Amino acid sequence: MSILINKHSRVVTQGITGKTGQFHTRMSRDYAHGKACYVAGVNPKKAGEDFEGIPIFATVKEAKAKAGANVSVIYVPPPGAAAAIWEACEADLDLVICITEGIPVRDMIEVRDRMRKQQKKTLLVGPNCPGVITPDELKIGIMPGHIHKKGRIGVVSRSGTLTYEAVGQLSALGLGQSTAVGIGGDPVNGLKHVDVLRLFNEDPETDAVIMIGEIGGDDEETAARWVKDNMKKPVVGFIAGVTAPPGKRMGHAGAIISGGKGTAQEKLAVMEACGIRVTKNPAEMGKLLQSALK
Amino acid sequence: MKIHEYQAKEVLRKFGVPTPRSVACFSVDEAVQAAKSLGGKVWVVKAQIHAGGRGKGGGVKLARSLDEVRALAGQILGMQLVTHQTGPQGQKVRRLLIEEGADIRKELYVGLVVDRQSQRVCLMASSAGGMDIEEVAASHPEKIERVFVDPATGLKDAEADEVARKLGVPEAGVAQARAVLQGLYRAFWESDASLAEINPMILTGDGRVVALDAKMNFDDNALFRHPEIVAMRDLDEEDPAEVEASKHDLNYIQLDGNIGCLVNGAGLAMATMDVIKLYGDSPANFLDVGGGASTEKVTEAFKIMLRNPGLKAILVNIFGGIMKCDVIATALVAAAKVVSLRVPLVVRLEGTNVELGKKILADSGLPIISAANMADAAEKVVAAAQGKR
Repeated sequence: MSILINKHSRVVTQGITGKTGQFHTRMSRDYAHGKACYVAGVNPKKAGEDFEGIPIFATVKEAKAKAGANVSVIYVPPPGAAAAIWEACEADLDLVICITEGIPVRDMIEVRDRMRKQQKKTLLVGPNCPGVITPDELKIGIMPGHIHKKGRIGVVSRSGTLTYEAVGQLSALGLGQSTAVGIGGDPVNGLKHVDVLRLFNEDPETDAVIMIGEIGGDDEETAARWVKDNMKKPVVGFIAGVTAPPGKRMGHAGAIISGGKGTAQEKLAVMEACGIRVTKNPAEMGKLLQSALK
Repeated sequence: MKIHEYQAKEVLRKFGVPTPRSVACFSVDEAVQAAKSLGGKVWVVKAQIHAGGRGKGGGVKLARSLDEVRALAGQILGMQLVTHQTGPQGQKVRRLLIEEGADIRKELYVGLVVDRQSQRVCLMASSAGGMDIEEVAASHPEKIERVFVDPATGLKDAEADEVARKLGVPEAGVAQARAVLQGLYRAFWESDASLAEINPMILTGDGRVVALDAKMNFDDNALFRHPEIVAMRDLDEEDPAEVEASKHDLNYIQLDGNIGCLVNGAGLAMATMDVIKLYGDSPANFLDVGGGASTEKVTEAFKIMLRNPGLKAILVNIFGGIMKCDVIATALVAAAKVVSLRVPLVVRLEGTNVELGKKILADSGLPIISAANMADAAEKVVAAAQGKR
């Protein structure tokens, strides 16, 4: 099983002709079942051409109809990225993973509003995220594939390299991952912690989940309350930014403590109160998960 | 990006939000001249700095004569204004706003932010305006009205009218207040703001609402389509180290500890700060070098950190994914040679080509302290900073 993606997913890359899109499509195609999974690219000006054997279509709809794509990954530059998300939704794909960093919040508000009003079934991961990986099956995004190991731990996180850190610690302890999901660091995005936890809860091949958050917003608190009432599996957590000063944006657009809200301390307290084991030491995320399995 | 009050008022006026008449000034003489040209008998002399809380800090004063304008302008211009948002060192006042006096019947609060939960712009309004809105929000959240605006329609007439009535605007003034609230929303939306705050919005003696103060922040990701906003940037208000870092595409925030951090990725950078604290010391900065750390970038990062006289040690924490460890190691060695490090350097590398990276560091002949993992790195850098090694 796994969640969101597996070796049966068929992926179209939006922005396949850009430097970033090409590099990561190549890296992802070379990982596990990538060769069979990466079936299309999109660029209206280069329709009919191909990228190293991957056919390029004019639209996502066409990529779906002709190559059977059901998942999209977006590397389109920020000014056009929200429109690219909407194109994938209009084509009724199952999932769109937007890697692009730096999309204006207003563009995201508009596209999320349209997705809701037109009741699109397409799920969105990101933007500004490392992507999703199901080890030994399929990698969609910019994470280093080789640090992952197939297994039964779910990983969900708002940040990129901190996710790799957690995955690295898990793999070193022999704890493989069912799927690792980077939901991204922007204030207006697609799937949130709670949505991914729901999926892991239903996945028979996930035994426990590590949830990695950061300062800003209240997604972690919402997720923690849901865990308390619904989660059948152990969840452990870490929140980055205990030392972050208020009012300063720590890299990610969403990582800011404003009006006294969104502090790491507050999040950790709510998580603990909801039965999630937490650590304040990012070097011990893996060990914490291991202890929760006993 | 942040702008000054007088600039925010310029933006608001373009969207039909009324403000008192005012003139921005850079000298005492200009301030007196401005007061003369505005006319009247009462003026407000307002310090223009990006931080809030200016009134409480003594940066906003009422003048009842031109002589008083002169005296107050002389007093405020050049002062180190300390507010709850500036930190104890305060911020130097370089600009003033001279504003005509206003006929205040009541002080209100109106603010706009992006609400992450509903993924809409939220308009907040309260009849308890003035200086302590944060206290109102904490102690009497029910006194704050909230409208989550539909992005497809903007702030609707009925929504704006209801807010106006709840704020206590008399019936004859509701239409004017509606136009102001809608103008405010449009100013926020169309200029890609991340925050707009009118505190206070006043109700005048004749029942009109007027923006007496204005604060606007903008979405950095949308600045590419707003050259008119970018033109308002005031580098004097920003931390020089942060400005320098941004020129080199480094995401840097100055903090008050003594261990410099150089990390790839924002989340890992925050976690690195946290782990330093956990091991008993404090980070001197947040620094995300991003995905492509070249020798030039690393060199600039070292230089910026080394400018801090209190710096005791540097911790480099890299989880190489796309960025390979050998590449970053080569950059580190080259940069360390260029800048002549005066503090101990602890390096933790993990990920792609890690063995090769470690070998490059070891073979460099530089006194680099190598760490096996994050905990080891934190322990070693804290010991080094405290002179235990």
